[in-house]
Amino acid sequence: MAALSDQLLVFTILGYLIAMISHAASYAFSGKGAVAAISRPARQLVTVGAGESGSDAPAAVPPSGSVPPTGDVPARSTGRAAIAARIAMVATVLATALHLGALVTRGVAADRLPWGNMYEFVLTVTFVGAAGWLYLLFRWPSVRQLGLVLTLVMVLLLGIAGLVLYTPVVPLVPALNSYWFEIHVTTIVFSSGILLLAFVPAAMYLMRAGYESGKRSFPYVLARRSPSAVTLERLTFGLNAFAFPIFTFAVIAGAVWAEAAWGRAWGWDPKETWAFISWVVYAGYLHARATPSVKRNVVAWISILGFLTMLMNLFGVNFFFTGLHSYAGVN
Amino acid sequence: MSSVEQRTDPGTRATSDGPPRVRRPNRLLALLRNSWRQLTSMRTALILLFLLAVAAIPGSVLPQRNISPEKVNAYFDQHPDLAPVLDRIGGFDVFASIWFSAIYLLLFTSLVGCIAPRMRDHFRTLRSVPPVGPKRLDRLPQHAVLADPEVAGARGDADAELSAIAALLRKRRWRVVVRGNTVAAEKGYLKESGNLLFHISLLAMLVGVALGSWYGWHGNRLLVAGKDSSFCSTLDQFSESGLGPRVQATDLPRFCLELTNFKAQFLPSGQPESFSASVLVDQDGGAQRAADFSVNSPLRLDGANVYLLGHGYAPVIRYTDRNGKSQTQAFPFLSNDGNLTSEGVATFPDVNLDPSTGQRDPKAQVAFEGIYLPTAPDEAPFVRSQFPAERNPALMLIPYRGNLGMDAGMPSSVYSLNQEQVREGKLTQVGEAKLLRPNDRWTLDDGTTVEFLGTQQYITLTVRYAPASTLMLVSSVLLLIGLMFSLFGRRRRVWFRVTPAAPEDGSTTGGSSLIEAGGLPRTDYAGFADEFNQLVAAVERGAGGREGTE
Ligand code: HEM
Repeated sequence: MAALSDQLLVFTILGYLIAMISHAASYAFSGKGAVAAISRPARQLVTVGAGESGSDAPAAVPPSGSVPPTGDVPARSTGRAAIAARIAMVATVLATALHLGALVTRGVAADRLPWGNMYEFVLTVTFVGAAGWLYLLFRWPSVRQLGLVLTLVMVLLLGIAGLVLYTPVVPLVPALNSYWFEIHVTTIVFSSGILLLAFVPAAMYLMRAGYESGKRSFPYVLARRSPSAVTLERLTFGLNAFAFPIFTFAVIAGAVWAEAAWGRAWGWDPKETWAFISWVVYAGYLHARATPSVKRNVVAWISILGFLTMLMNLFGVNFFFTGLHSYAGVN
Repeated sequence: MSSVEQRTDPGTRATSDGPPRVRRPNRLLALLRNSWRQLTSMRTALILLFLLAVAAIPGSVLPQRNISPEKVNAYFDQHPDLAPVLDRIGGFDVFASIWFSAIYLLLFTSLVGCIAPRMRDHFRTLRSVPPVGPKRLDRLPQHAVLADPEVAGARGDADAELSAIAALLRKRRWRVVVRGNTVAAEKGYLKESGNLLFHISLLAMLVGVALGSWYGWHGNRLLVAGKDSSFCSTLDQFSESGLGPRVQATDLPRFCLELTNFKAQFLPSGQPESFSASVLVDQDGGAQRAADFSVNSPLRLDGANVYLLGHGYAPVIRYTDRNGKSQTQAFPFLSNDGNLTSEGVATFPDVNLDPSTGQRDPKAQVAFEGIYLPTAPDEAPFVRSQFPAERNPALMLIPYRGNLGMDAGMPSSVYSLNQEQVREGKLTQVGEAKLLRPNDRWTLDDGTTVEFLGTQQYITLTVRYAPASTLMLVSSVLLLIGLMFSLFGRRRRVWFRVTPAAPEDGSTTGGSSLIEAGGLPRTDYAGFADEFNQLVAAVERGAGGREGTE
């Protein structure tokens, strides 16, 4: 079972990799023609938009996902782009299914919930992210354009998990052997997955916002066909706002558990410290978003900062510091 | 919106436009008021939040004294120049440092300043009625003219229509007021209530933290199994302790603990699977009772909890001196890896006494440095244990003789020799290291003997009293509830205006009235249009349905 899980992980990564390449190909194929076709009219359109005071005046911005008439775009190239996009989609779904398979077999092999060490933890967090992604995809298909960012993150995180964090199947150490383990870690995993997923629209928002204000250089041009900046910003907020209470609950549950296991609810152990930092950053995010004088770009950057602190908590803390939470299984 | 509120609420004006009375500007007062306004602004709150996050980082990067004092000492050894500087600015006590406290105290001051007026306003809002609608409902984000103006319960009776609409809205838990020809309704007060509850719970948690640190205390110690090693909860029985500023040593609850048994189970890989300690405990001089506790279920006593933190082995060593006197003692060794390779010392300061005076002989005190391997390898080097349980126990001892340096008044570790004495040659090694199996006896160069009798288990435990933990738990639950209402609540207003048809209209629909609806989401709320349309449809349907039944 454990070996099966390991193999499934390899195929999962492969699946995300194929999806990533297909997404890239889709961009590239639609890119050549489309850029040529829209470069002039789009620039006009946007300078008109930028001239108006309201930066997010929706009327001045092309509606989400709209590709200006592809008059002189060779039909073949858009066709190829569509095929690549479809391959990416199928590969993502397959990879997510394999991902689930890897997780379930791992759980069966260990005979417990499959998140007892960092390897399994990252495996689960990324799965939550991928599943959340599929949900978004079916609900709002136009987010498809964020696929490149998402699959890139997936490949990186799973690659790190498989290469660096890998731990053989073992039962839990006594401190983890408690029903609070299930409550605390399930919610942490779930909320971390959603918070990590929120990185995708946040990063895309920054590109898109640049694009909508007329920037056409490298990172911005990737957002050519993404949903509108307003949509992306809402999506980021929705994910963060959805995950934040769960994360809060998870931290509280962790404190209750720590009281029973270690004799103190909160001891500023590095993991706790970083959870605190993440929590404060996301609280700052919600505040910033509710403060009109804070620019939306800044708000998106705060969301990304939150993402980085979550990553720090997932990976960094286990490598740089040792604390009571160092059950990572990696030395 | 706010202008509407102010019009309906003269009280706000009086307080918020206070200045007219204070015509003579007082500079200091103005400065104070401005600073206060600055401090309580959202922007300041935001900046302070980020400062708080940044300030917490060193707490994870540098070793912290309250978590791992030994690592702080190690840091001092490694960075002799940097460490004192860091220490001065609180680098090793980040979460108790002035700057960290300053940030969160400012933040919470800002919080109080922020929510106090909001609470006042919200309280007022809760008791006030929804405001009058704008003159032109078609200027609102949502607007509809009801599809069939003929639906009213009492045809053409504007009052009956109004009350029918009001009833329907009330049933849907809107707060409703009918003024003239308009029904004004508002919903979603829970958003602000939730937000305030959230922030107040934060304050309550801060209070809980403060109470916990003032009135709480903890003590750590190591407890070797056996009746001889039992301990009672006086302060000096703890190897390390911390009392809150409001706690006296005499406040500690009185109880005694004796470790009767400790069980550890390991997997074949050596990973621990479960720990469980059995103790005899008596409190306030009562009868002894047996109790078990383990890693995830502490021993809950009256006034303190006892937590199992770790465990290890204490080799039992008998030393027989030149006078033929023997002493037997269990010496806890500290484990330094997962397989419980344990290091420590066995010291015998009161051996080889001068037979005539009974005094210590500063040249004849004895100590052994030791490494204990619960599962020793089959052949040398005997430096690392192979497994945490005792499958092939062996003890490596290095004998020392001389002055242990215990009389110098310097606090000395019970886990290592006084290196100063060794360096100065006052304490010297008197033989090569030797590996002993249980019950082995070894005769030293001066004819004295040392015997390894076996081991006792020991546990490390923390005794802790954390008052206000209930307050913390309750406020964190409230915090969570408030947070959810705050994040997912949506404040919105709707108005329905009924304009009676002019009698001289003379059309076939004579007697029917025009119903117009307008809606205003007061918070970011993407689904408001849907809700509004549903509501309008329900008003149409609801009134129509009543007509059918009548
Ligand atoms: C102790 C530090 C604080 C923390 C951890 C904190 C946390 C939060 C969080 C997580 C939210 C999101 C809930 C929501 O969106 O309704 C929030 C909202 C809010 N906070 Fe705070 N807060 C703090 C201090 C303050 C202060 C000092 C102020 C006043 C300046 C303030 C004013 C607000 C307001 C007005 C909202 C509502 C935002 C909205 O309309 O969505 N908070 N706070």
